[in-house]
Parts: sequence; structure tokens; C-alpha cells
Amino acid sequence: MQRTTMDLWVGLFVMAGIAALMVLSLKVGNLNVYNPSQSYILTGNFENIGGLKVRAPVKSAGVVVGRVTDIQFSTQTYDAIVTMSMDSRFIFPKDTFASILTSGLLGEQYIGLAAGGDEDMLTDGDKIMKTNSAMVLEELIGRFLFDKAAEE
Amino acid sequence: MFRHALSAIQNIGHRVIEGMWRLGHASRFFILVLLKSGTSLRRFGLVIRELYFTGVLSLIIIVVSGLFVGMVLGLQGYETLQKYGSESAVGTLVALSLVRELGPVVAALLFASRAGSAITAEIGLMKATEQLAAMGMMAVDPVSRVVAPRFWSGVISMPLLAAIFSVMGVYGGYLVTVVFIGVDEGTYWSQMQSAVDFRFDILNGFIKSCFFGVAVTAIAVFEGYDAPPTAEGVSGATTRTVVSSSLVILGLDFILTAFMFRGVS
Amino acid sequence: MTSESLIEVNNLSFSYDTRPILNGVNMRMQRGQVVAIMGGSGSGKTTLLRLISGAIQPTSGHVKFAGEVVHELSRDALFRLRRKMGMLFQFGALFTDLSVYDNVAFQMREHTNLPESMIRDLVLMKLHAVGLRGAHHLMPNELSGGMARRVALARSIALDPMLIMYDEPFTGLDPISLSVIGNLIRRLTDALGMTSIVVTHDVQESLKIVDYVYFIADGVIAAHGTPKEVRESVAPFVHQFVHGEEDGPVPFHYPAQSYEKDLELEDCRV
Repeated sequence: MQRTTMDLWVGLFVMAGIAALMVLSLKVGNLNVYNPSQSYILTGNFENIGGLKVRAPVKSAGVVVGRVTDIQFSTQTYDAIVTMSMDSRFIFPKDTFASILTSGLLGEQYIGLAAGGDEDMLTDGDKIMKTNSAMVLEELIGRFLFDKAAEE
Repeated sequence: MFRHALSAIQNIGHRVIEGMWRLGHASRFFILVLLKSGTSLRRFGLVIRELYFTGVLSLIIIVVSGLFVGMVLGLQGYETLQKYGSESAVGTLVALSLVRELGPVVAALLFASRAGSAITAEIGLMKATEQLAAMGMMAVDPVSRVVAPRFWSGVISMPLLAAIFSVMGVYGGYLVTVVFIGVDEGTYWSQMQSAVDFRFDILNGFIKSCFFGVAVTAIAVFEGYDAPPTAEGVSGATTRTVVSSSLVILGLDFILTAFMFRGVS
Repeated sequence: MTSESLIEVNNLSFSYDTRPILNGVNMRMQRGQVVAIMGGSGSGKTTLLRLISGAIQPTSGHVKFAGEVVHELSRDALFRLRRKMGMLFQFGALFTDLSVYDNVAFQMREHTNLPESMIRDLVLMKLHAVGLRGAHHLMPNELSGGMARRVALARSIALDPMLIMYDEPFTGLDPISLSVIGNLIRRLTDALGMTSIVVTHDVQESLKIVDYVYFIADGVIAAHGTPKEVRESVAPFVHQFVHGEEDGPVPFHYPAQSYEKDLELEDCRV
């Protein structure tokens, strides 16, 4: 085979490979949606995080605006400290309400943010004060049975 | 009875020693190839020539298999997910399976049987027909002139092939679920994008395929260079390349997965 | 300098594990000579070539090539020395992925920085010397056995070596190719002023072209002399070997080989 033909094919192959990596990053992955290099950190204390995991999305109005980067247990307050890395394009008021929600009945858990009306905005390293714990199925059932028993 | 048991134990010991010796031999050869890679970098034309044989000629099998694996994943995933009413997650299922596991692993298995066996057979035959000895006599080191360019071509083409495989799979899944079954196109891509993370999924998949590329080509060049210079020797070495690189890919995949995705569901 | 030996083999011994192959071999080879080394299969002829080229280390004794002890050289020095040596392998050992032209150009491209136009001229000159200038565009699998060996010969003289070693150059050739190769060896040796060592079984063909013959049997030099001396020798071993007699000091040894060759079984033994 001619040297130049071979070079051409190899060039095309390498370009196809790099294009495939680009497609994976931009079209399949979330590199265009969420760029960790431009982000700010928020924390929040939750009484119960249920099944929330690191890397779970942080959504507001259903749009992904950040990700959970760390979950720690605090021995001072005896609750969970959740660290979120937020996309710096989206900023939220100080009185934003964070709750742990479930997508669908059995889907993955995520943090839902409901914006408040405060004029001050949350900045890097701030703590979300208003949080709502995860709904835990066992507690729900337990409360339901307790209420039933009390009625009778 | 006692004698039988003794000989069985001896047999095991013998095999273990033999295996360890071979492993050590292979590791030494691997380091030798790395040390003698200078020529490949200085004369990159040698690597480009081999990239044609390892990369370009593997494209067809990679593209076709990727497409079909994606189509099957889409079909099966849709069938199962729709029972729970979450067929919108089919894009996530296809993409995550491909990017994390199937892309790197299946592409590496195909690569081992397509390019790995060819590398072994070629080097083995060059040895059997005294071409390597002739090269040595011409004061050209066969390891740097023949082995190292093939090694690097494999290391370069493996991640690219795995990426092409995954992309073809994602579009295969798209074809079946969106075009044929009628899942909403926006849902397919947006569910996928919200679930597939660049650093955790794509980068880790890419790192995996790099590891597989090194492992498969290292095994292939070693088996070829180490093959007995006979017809049976070369065919045996080719078989060993496919078998041991497949096992190494699966074993390595388990170890890498355990490290990368531990604690991250 | 011309009267000095190019190669001196002094009291050379080599054993494979504990099995002795060579046992105290002494040889002298002058510049411009064609020297044949003959002996039955497994008598250590090829081992001797490998020792001269420094591919293996002797158990004792040494080989001097152009005044340097081969096996005491560092790896780099050995590779420099090998540029002055050429070797023709039994079946040519052409690089099957390169064309005839690229095979001959291989060493020039690896070891020199000559411009491509000059390499082209040199390659065509070398191919012309073996009569295959017109075949430069062919691939090795398109060549006959004799042609492949001529290309390999052109390749081994690419950098004008001082020494060429031929490992059984006549094996598996028809009589015409056989005498073509034989005459080429003689002609190139004279034209380039180099030394040739021919390891062979083919007594009649090699006696026509060589200056000196060594017979090896059981790891030692059994006899040596000029072709004339060899032909007229009454030593039983030499007489038997040269005339291919069935019975003698080596009963059934060489005739068995000859039979195998007649059936061309050697071709299968890759």
C-alpha cells in the first residue's frame, strides 16, 4: 500500500477517535451542562438524608444546577452536612429552601432547591439554613400505622 | 495413595513456579520494550504504519459491534424499564452501560482477537523465518524496530476504538428506542446527560481502555516474541494471546471498577 | 594488513547446558578468501557462525574479528562491529512486509543519513549485482527461492561489509539457481574484497568456488585444506564426505541427510 494512503487512513482514524471522545464528553456526558471549573460551594445540614449519595444532582425547577460532592456526619449537631458544588451561572437567594426529593416512586434521590425572596444571594462557602429531610418510607408507614391506631 | 498425593502437589508446585517464571520473564520484556521505545518516538512513521494495521483495520468490527450492542441494549433496556414505567431512563441505561463497562471491555476483547492475535502471529512468524535474527545481524535491535512500534500503536488505538465503540452504541440505542420504538428524543439525550458525568464515567472509562490497551498489546508482543519458532509454536502463541488477554481484561476491569466506582452508585 | 587474518578463532569451545557442541576449534581466515565450513547435521556449524557474530558467548576460547575479541565487546560496540558483517540466512529471511527495494534499502535507512536519491542509486546497484534490478518493486512472497536468496545477498552487501556469513545458501535450490548463487558468492567476494564464510552440506558446488575448507565433526576440526588437497585427500573421513560414500568413519550419517534433502523434507523444517 502507498505510504500516503496509509497516512490518510490513520489520520482519519485518529480524527474519528478524537471526535468520538468529544461526542462522549459533550453529547453523552454533561461536560457542556455542568463545568466543575466554574463553580461555588454550598453546604446544608439535613436531619436525615435517606438514600442521598455523593454525585447526586442538585436541581431547581427540574434543571440540574449542581452536584453533591460530599456527605459528612456532624458530631456537634448530630445531623448530616451535605456539600454541593453549584454551577456558577446559577445563584440563589439566602432563604432558598433545600429538600431531599425522590424522582419517581423508586428513583434516585436528589436535592431540590426552591428559591426564596431574599435580596441577598448565597455565595461560595455559604450554608443553606432552610432544609427539609428526605422522606423515609419506613417512617411514613410507621406514622400512618400510628395514626390509624390512635383513631381507633 | 501417598505417592499420588505427593506427585499431585509436586505438579501444582511445578506449574506455579513455571507460571511465576513466565510472568517475571514477561515483566522484564515489558520493561525492555518501554526502555527501547525511543526509536518509536523519534521515527513516528513506524508507529503510524502499525496504527494502520491495529487501528484502521479494527474499525469495521468495532463500529458494527458497537452499533449492535447499543441496539440490543436499547431494546432490552426498553422492554424491562417500561414494566416500571420508566422507559425515559433508557438513554441513561444505554449510555452508562457503554461508557463505564461495555465500551472499554467489549472493544478490548474485540481488539485482542482482531489486532492482538495479528501482532502475535506477525512477530512470531518474523521470528520463525529468522527475520528478527537477520535484523539483529544488521545491527538493528528488533525490540526497538519491530516490537516497540507495534506496542505503542496498540496503546494509542485502544482508547480511540473504545470511544468509537461507545458512541456507535449510544447511536445504536438511539436508533432502536427513539427512531423505531418512539421514545422522546429530548428525553433520551437529557436523561443521558443528567446521569453521565464527565469525570466519573467518561474519564474513568477512558482510563480503563488505556489500561486494557497496554495490557493487550503487552501480552500480544510478548507472546509473539517468546513464541517457539515453529508453525505450532506461533499458532499456540496466538491462541494464548487471545485467551490470556481476555482473562486479563476481565480481571483488570473488576479491579479498576472496584477502585473507580467504589462508594459511588 | 592484508596478510593479517581477518578472523581468528582460537581454541573455541561452546556447550549447550552440559552438552558440548564445539570443543577447541582453531581457524584462520584471510581477507578476500571464500572459506567453507562443512560437516554433518548437528556438528556445530551454525553455532560457529553465531559465535563469530557474537550472538552467543563461548564457554572458553575467543573469536577475533579485525583485531577485536567479539564476545568481550559492549552491546553498542558489538552492534557497530556487526555493521561490518553480513549474514545470509538459510531461506533468505527477507522482511516479508517490505518490498525488495525496501529490503535492500533497510540498512542504509537505519544506519546512514543518506538522501533518498542516493539510497535509490545504491539499492539499484546492489540489485544489479545480483541480476534483479528489474524486480525491485516485487514483494518477497512473489519471489522464487533462488531469487529470494539473491535479494537477501544484495541486502547483506548493502553497507559493503568486510565479512559475509552464509548459512546453508544452497539448501532447496534447483541446479541453475544453485550455481548462480555459488558464482555470485565468488564474484562478490572478489569484487568487494571481502571475506566469505559458507556453511554448507553441498560439497561439489562449494569445492568449485572456495579457497579453503574446514571439516567439522563432533565439535572439532576433523580436516582442513584447499579444495585440491581435499579432493585428493586419502584421510578416510574427508574421502567419505567428499564422495558421499555410505560407509566410512561416519556410517549412514551424511547419506541420511542427503535422502532427506532429496525428499525436500528440509523445506518443511522451518
